[in-house]
Formats: sequence, C-alpha cells, structure tokens
Amino acid sequence: MNEICEISGGSSSDRTIDVVHASLVKRRQAEKRFRLYGLLSIVAGLCFLVLLFGSIIARGYTAFQQTSIALDVYFDPQLIDPDGRRDPSALMEADYDRLLKNALSSMFLDVKERQAKRALYSLLSAGASYDLRDLVLANPELIGKTQKVWISADDDTDMLVKGQLGRTGAEGERRIKDNQIAWIDKLEADGRIKKSFNTAFFTSGDSREPELAGIWGAVMGSLFTLLVTLSLSLPIGMAAAIYLEEFAPRNRWTDLIEVNINNLAAVPSIVFGLLGLAVFINFFGLPRSSPLVGGLVLTLMTLPVIIIAGRSALKAVPPSVREAALGVGASPMQMVFHHVLPLAVPGMMTGAIIGMARALGESAPLLMIGMVAFIVDVPQSIMEPSTVLPVQIYLWADSPERAFVERTSAAIMVLLVFLIFMNGLAVYIRKRFERRW
Amino acid sequence: MQKSTLLFLLVLLSAAAYHIGRRRSLQVAGGTVRSLHSLPSYYGYYAALWCGIPALLVLFLWTAFENSIVIQLVVSALPEELSSAPPDRIGLLVNDIRNVASGAVAGEIEPAVEAAANHYLRLKDTSNRLLSVLATFVAITGAAYARQRISKEHRARNHVEKSITVFLIVCSTLAVFTTIGIVLSVLFESIRFFKEVPITEFLFGLDWSPQMAIREDQVGSSGAFGAVPLFVGTLLISLIAMLVAVPIGLLSAIYLSEYASSRFRATAKPLLEILAGIPTVVYGFFAALVVAPFVRDLGARIGLDVSSESALAAGLVMGIMIIPFVSSLSDDFINAVPQSLRDGAYALGATQSETIRQVIIPAALPGIVGGVLLAVSRAIGETMIVVMAAGLTANLTANPLAAVTTVTTQIVTLLVGDQEFDSPKTLAAFALGLVLFLATLALNIIALHIVRKYREQYE
Repeated sequence: MNEICEISGGSSSDRTIDVVHASLVKRRQAEKRFRLYGLLSIVAGLCFLVLLFGSIIARGYTAFQQTSIALDVYFDPQLIDPDGRRDPSALMEADYDRLLKNALSSMFLDVKERQAKRALYSLLSAGASYDLRDLVLANPELIGKTQKVWISADDDTDMLVKGQLGRTGAEGERRIKDNQIAWIDKLEADGRIKKSFNTAFFTSGDSREPELAGIWGAVMGSLFTLLVTLSLSLPIGMAAAIYLEEFAPRNRWTDLIEVNINNLAAVPSIVFGLLGLAVFINFFGLPRSSPLVGGLVLTLMTLPVIIIAGRSALKAVPPSVREAALGVGASPMQMVFHHVLPLAVPGMMTGAIIGMARALGESAPLLMIGMVAFIVDVPQSIMEPSTVLPVQIYLWADSPERAFVERTSAAIMVLLVFLIFMNGLAVYIRKRFERRW
Repeated sequence: MQKSTLLFLLVLLSAAAYHIGRRRSLQVAGGTVRSLHSLPSYYGYYAALWCGIPALLVLFLWTAFENSIVIQLVVSALPEELSSAPPDRIGLLVNDIRNVASGAVAGEIEPAVEAAANHYLRLKDTSNRLLSVLATFVAITGAAYARQRISKEHRARNHVEKSITVFLIVCSTLAVFTTIGIVLSVLFESIRFFKEVPITEFLFGLDWSPQMAIREDQVGSSGAFGAVPLFVGTLLISLIAMLVAVPIGLLSAIYLSEYASSRFRATAKPLLEILAGIPTVVYGFFAALVVAPFVRDLGARIGLDVSSESALAAGLVMGIMIIPFVSSLSDDFINAVPQSLRDGAYALGATQSETIRQVIIPAALPGIVGGVLLAVSRAIGETMIVVMAAGLTANLTANPLAAVTTVTTQIVTLLVGDQEFDSPKTLAAFALGLVLFLATLALNIIALHIVRKYREQYE
C-alpha cells in the first residue's frame, strides 16, 4: 500500500500524461526525421536519374556534329584518268589520296619533312578519299578542274575543334601535336573549318575510325532481331496466356507450368545466352551472330513477361462477359476469341511493347551468341551476321579512341529515344483503351 | 522452288481450301444453313487446317533432316582416299565443299572437292524439287480428304476447336521446355568440364586463371579453375548494391505509400521507375565513365588507394539500377498491409513513423524479405555493369576498393571471341553458368515461396 502511495503521490512530473508530454517533443522530432529520410531517398533516386541522363547528354550531344575541312582540290587528270576515257572502273581504282595530299601540301608549302607531311595528312579522315571518289564518279566533269570540297576531318582533329582534346600538357603524351594544332588553328582562321550535321553517324555501319562509324548497321540489326522476337513471342505468349487463364484445369501440370514461367522471368539473361549458344548454334547449327538466333534467344527471354502481362489482362475482363457469351450459346472457344480476347488485347499489347522494350535494351545474352563481332556491312536479312544497338554501345565503350566516347553517348541517346517512344506508346495504349469495369 | 516460295504457296493453298470447304458445306446444306452442325466458316477452317498442317509438317521435317542426309550422301560418294580420313578432317572437308558450293571460295580448288561440291548442289536441287512436289501433293490430298468428309452432321467446329486447344497447350508448355533446355545445355557442357577439372577444385579452389597453355612448350599459366574468388567477388558487389538499393528503395517506398500526396506520388513513382527501364549497358557505361573515376579521385583525395575498376563503383551503380525494383515490390507489400492494423496503432496513440516502424514494417517483413531476395538474385545475375566496370583479374578480397571479378564477367570473357568446345576454358563458362542458374533458381524459389505465403496471409 505504501509503495503505491509513493508512486502516485510523488512529484507531479511522474504522472503518465507528463511522461507522454515530455517524450512528445522527441517523438515528433523522430517523426520529422523519418519523413525526411524518406524524402531524401526519393531525392537521391531522382538525382541519380538526372546525373545519368545529364552526364550522357553532356558527353554525347557533340557527336551529332562533325568537323570538316575545306580543301581546294585540283582533280588532276594525270592522276585519276590518265587515258582520258572517263572509264568508271578506272575512276574507281584511281589514287584519290594523292589529290587530297596535293591539295593539303599546296596550302602548307613550308611543310617539307616526311614526318611532318604525314602528320599533316593525318588531319583528314581515312575515308576522305572515298568521298572524293564518289564525287568524281557522280560528276566526271570535275576532272581537270579545281574545286573547293568539304572533306571530313580525322577524329583527333574533330575532338580538338570541339575542344575535347587538351592543347596543354606534355607533347609526347598528347594525341595531337603542336604543329598539328598550329595547322588546325590556321585553317580555322581561314574559315576552312566548319561543323555540320553528322549524317554519317546515322547512315553508315560500324568502323574502326570514329569519324566513319555509324549506328545504321546496329539499328537494322536491332530491327531484324526485334522483328523475329515480336513475330514469335507475341502469338506464342498470347496463346499461352489464353490457355493458362481460360482453359487450363487446376492440376499439378498447370502448377508446374506456372512455377516455370515465374522462375524464367527471374533467370539471369546471360543464362539464356548460354542456352542459345548450346542449342541454337551448336546443336541446330543456325548461323552465328545472326538476328535469327538473337531473336530466338530474346523470344525465350521475353515470353514470361508477355505471358504474365497477358494473363493479368485476361483476368481483368469481368466474368459477366464470359457468362453472357456462354449464356447465348457460344462455345468456350468462341467465348474467349469473340468476346474476352478483344477486351484484353490493349492490356496484352501494353505488356508486349514493354517486353519488346526490354528486348531492345538487352545485350548480355547476345554477347554469348556472337553478336559482338566487328561488322561493317549493314545487314540485309535475318540470316546475316549483325550486331544490335546495345551491343554496339558496348563495343564502342571499349574502344580506346577519345572520339568514341561521344559517339557511345550519342548512340545511348538514340537507344533511349527508341525506348522512351516504346514506353510512351505503351502508356498511351493503356490510357486510351483501358476499360475499368 | 525456294522454301519461302513454297511456304507462300502453302498459305495460298490453305486459303483456297478454306473457300472450297465453305462452299462445300453450303452445297451440302442445300441452302438451309441451319441444317449444318457448325457454321459454314468452320468447315472452311477445317479444310484449311487439313490442307496446311500436314504439308507444313512435311516441310519442317524435311528441312530438319535435309542437310545431314545430303552431307552423308556427299561424303559417301567421295573418293576412297578422302572418305577414309578421320572425322575431324571430314568435317573440314565438308566445310570446304559447302564454301565451294556457295561460291565463297576464290582461288584454287581441288578437283575432288569441286566434284563433290557439284554433287552437293545437284542433291540439294533434287531435294528441293522433291520437297516441293511432296508438300504440294500432301496439301492437295489433305484438302480433298477434308472436302470429302464434310456433311451435314460433321462436327467441324469441334475439330477446329480441338486443334486450337492443342496449339494453345503446346505454346504454354514452351516455358517448361525452355527450363529443360537451359538445364540440359548447361549441364552437359558442365559435366564435360568436371571430367577434366574435379568439381571440388572448381567449387573450393582459391585460384582462378583460366588461360590454358595451348602448346606443350608454352610458358606460363597451366589453367587454374578455383571459382571461390569469383563467388566472393560476385557477393561483394551484390552486397554493395544491396547496401545502396535496400535503404533507398525501402524508404522511398514508405514515403510514397504513407506520406506522399497523391500528386507527388503520381510524378515521383514513374520517374523512379524510369531507372528500371534503362538498359544495363547504359549503366555499365555510366559506371565505367563517370562513377569509377569519381570514386577513384575521391579516394585519392582522402588518401586511399582505389582501383580504377573498384568493386565499389560497380556495386554502387548496380544498386542504383535495383532501387526501383526494391521500391516497387516494397510498395506492393506495404499497400497490402490491412488498414485496420494502421488504425489500431493510431488509436493507441502511435505517431505515423512509429506505426510504420513497429507495425507496418514487421507485418510486411516477409514480403519485403522476399523482394530483397529477388533483388539479390538480380544483382548476382547482372552482367553488363560488371563486364564494363568491374575487373578481370580474380582477387580473393573483401576490400570494396580493390578490383574484383564476378561469375558473369568471367562467363562473358571466356565465351566472347574464338571458342573451342573441347577446351576446359570454354567449358568452364558453362560450369559457371550452371552455378549461376542454380543459385538464382534457389533464391527465386525461396523468395517466391515467401511472397506467396505472405500474400495468402492477408487475403
């Protein structure tokens, strides 16, 4: 009895309500802190997003421009057409390199030394002579005349003009030497250097020379691969979803299939690459590096995504639709194909587009089946060796040339544009056609 | 006839068969469609199926076996001194013959090879002709059979629906076959690997240097296949990734589902989910180009020696990639906690954060653990980030500032480039693939089981 009296009759601060009041400040602070942590983590996530996009755009936007140099080229008939017959096959073989070298030398008469001359010639792109050849083939009247021609510059020149290559530092460690810098500055002062839209980046295939390298080959490879993937995974995925959701009896076999689909959705993509290598290439002997094999591998990979999305789209169709269809005498198959499926198609399409977007960005399994080869030609069919956009990015990211950094970033930007477009399309379809019951 | 032309012809024939079947059913009905068992279009489909499917089967089987049979015939027709060569020589020879036949070889060609190539081309030509005739014949016979079967009582709809059901079942079993395919393809090569390298050495060995001496007299590496450094490296990078992803993902999920206004939620959630849609190769580039140099410079400034391919950089970026995965899964589980639990806690006077920490998180914990396990399995299997940003040398270390290598990195480096399928170096990649598959499979099964148990709890 005494003890109780002592507790309740002690100083007033020991009452429960006072304890609560005293702790309230602390608890409110804890509340505020906790809330702040949550907000901070979202901000952190968004910061990463901004940093990622920012760093890639900041590095890549310059790749959409290419430096070119104006040369007064004398189309010397002695060099390119000694017979004077304008024979196209002879014009094909002619030494256009010499024309360019002559044009450059005539501009810098003081350059005499062999080594200095070589440094001077290396300001121009290695592919410049082909541009000149095409020019002459298209317009043979040029022979014997002198004309100002814009010639695309070498990647180092390009980098220097864009200010991405340092002018300072020990000369021995620099890609571009002092005399080259002086020549470029002189050309620039003469108004003979301009930056124009880089069409080669969008129209040509891969190359070891950054200024000649483009993404068109990889884009076509991606297109063929996705075409194979889409034409296989969409019908198969839809069929599987329809069976599992509408017709499958609830038994062990169905459970097994479901567990398998869920597991496949979480299997690392590189394992699918191993499967493709062992089964499609080594066992069936399909051509290595081809979009066909790539498409098959990506089909197996995206099937679970499409099946899962398709099932939830079918599940969202209310049972009353099914009952009504059955009630007026439709067979179960007619009920599904005439009434349920049309209502579920927008949801299925959304899932399919998201699956395709994932397939478009996938690269690890394609490394396994040889789509990393260095391929210059633009593929024309699903059987030809090719590469895809993400793998092209991987290949360029590995290249040592400084100019490939901006091209890699630019290729990433192109890839992201495609992905944003596809995801936007999925969102649009969902918003436009989705029905709430 | 080209196979694509043949395929097109078969499609045309099927379309014609549809019309024939439909017309026939109307004819049989004598103008009163109601007397038919099925709608006329079903008789059309019935005829089209009979026309197309057997012919397609013939085409498929023929294509599957054509090559090996033709090669067999060509080899058996080779002169004695060539056909008695060992099998690998014959393989090379067959390649030569094929190249000559496709006109891909310039320069001198042995007369025997050229004769064989001509023989090969003739056989191919004959085979193609035979196939065209056979497939067309099968298609027409099928259509004729179906047309003859059509009568008033014939249950065309049931037949058609049955074949559609078979197609649906076959499609849905593809997932099972894919799993079997993965297991078998990885397992076979792994068994071949374990014949050369004991499994205990692979699983418990501490030394990994897969470069094999190709010639006997080559100096240097003899090939060591102890995969422990790879496992440790993988786990180290995954751990770093989880240390980034779990707190950020979980806290942002809590904020989004418990605190945020619906407008904030509607903007922030899709923005965060963009992170999940970015291709991994982009993250790899970001890691190698931005994060790794940043980490190295930061380390240099505070006097730490950080490798330029540090585990920290790769793990950090991988963590960023996994944030939306953790956050959207946790979001689901937090939302699944019944409102009554929250109301109960508030009624007892708990603040919102106390409710979250002491009621909601414990209630959602099994689901969150399942989600984190799924995220771990994703981190272990992630390839491009580590290929581009982690190292290649196998270091047995737990130091996040050092360069480590991972299972997926090694699979890629072992398999990209020239391959020989009899060297342990190539086969090792499949053994690593087997380990990777089993590890992620186990994690997935456990995680999915936990998640399912959790879902049932509140349903």
